Amino acid sequence: MIKIRELVKVESLEEAWELNQKRTNKILGGMLWLRLGNRNVQKAIDLSDLGLDQIEETEEAFSIGCMATLRQIELHEGLNALCEGLLHDAVCDIVGTQFRNLATVGGSIFGRFGFSDVMTAFLALDSYVELYKGGIVPMSEFVKMKRDNDILVRVIVKKCPGHFAYLSHRNTRTDFPVLTVAVSDCGGVKKAVIGARPGIAKLYEIEHMDGETAKRLAEETPFQSNMRASDTFRRHLAGVLLGRAFAEIQGKE
Amino acid sequence: MIVTMILNGKKITDEIAADMTLFDFVRKHGCYSVKCGCETTNCGLCTVFLDDTPVLSCAMLAARAEGRRVETLEGLQKEAEEFGSFIADQGAEQCGFCNPGMIMNAIALFRENPEPTDEEIKQYLAGNLCRCSGYEGQLRGMHAFIEYKKNGGAACGK
Repeated sequence: MIKIRELVKVESLEEAWELNQKRTNKILGGMLWLRLGNRNVQKAIDLSDLGLDQIEETEEAFSIGCMATLRQIELHEGLNALCEGLLHDAVCDIVGTQFRNLATVGGSIFGRFGFSDVMTAFLALDSYVELYKGGIVPMSEFVKMKRDNDILVRVIVKKCPGHFAYLSHRNTRTDFPVLTVAVSDCGGVKKAVIGARPGIAKLYEIEHMDGETAKRLAEETPFQSNMRASDTFRRHLAGVLLGRAFAEIQGKE
Repeated sequence: MIVTMILNGKKITDEIAADMTLFDFVRKHGCYSVKCGCETTNCGLCTVFLDDTPVLSCAMLAARAEGRRVETLEGLQKEAEEFGSFIADQGAEQCGFCNPGMIMNAIALFRENPEPTDEEIKQYLAGNLCRCSGYEGQLRGMHAFIEYKKNGGAACGK
């Protein structure tokens, strides 16, 4: 159970950052994951009034505010046209509509959760995070960074047209995924991402999208067992889902 | 802390604890249709509208609804009665525990998309769990409701 002593609706990122340097204070995203833990929070930091709940489009990129919801990225036409519905496909089975209306992009990415559909999808895109103090960092580096008290302000998706595919396997439709796979071919760079291993998603840059590569990636990726599936099953699934995703991309080319 | 919101069309100001959920707030103010079934944000029973958007009230702080419009089933009586009768006709509600959340989310779906396909219905309502039925009764009720609306059905009656 989470207990909060005070809720502070901050007026600037600097105020939020200063408050967030204290261990007992915590930035709130959608609060869906946070509320499931046991925690005493002195000051809950709310970024809702900072106008960071919008998806903005420029000539080069889409800029997604950290308080934009998963439902917003699910329904955003421009963003999904760019990535051939990859983001829609990645989030559409996350619990339910009401959940996705609350869950934020910032909370989903900053947490670097192993089970994350969202992280798997963004890693396959030419994406970056904008940190308040740390500046703009490629998603592929951010995923490896140690957690700190910085603030994720925006997620930036560069406009790199190409072909994309997202697949996941779940024991039931709205459950956490047993395995997630995202594949992209844009700007001459081919990427394959394997998530929910159940560890944090792994990104590979690959040369070919064929059965041989699917088999090799499934063999060299570390998997673990948990209550949803064994490592052996996940390894088998990875080969199958990668093969299907590669075929989907080749069908689009 | 003091919070003010419009709950079912009525302006309400109350002093609350910082960690009070919107679920506890609406129940405190008499909206007993809103229930908590899972406490893990999975069942959809606690669905309310926040500025017309369906959200899980058990996962949201009441303080974050400051200055906003909140609606529960109590505030949607005519719309809920009209749709709910089609669910009842199919015997779909059985124990009825999930029904308020299901009706709230179905109303949100019909407002967004008046003629959804089966797949769109299943996708939109995936976050509303019913442990009695296999959802077939609800689906039949929704088909009947969509047909009724297509044929120009008026509010509150068939």
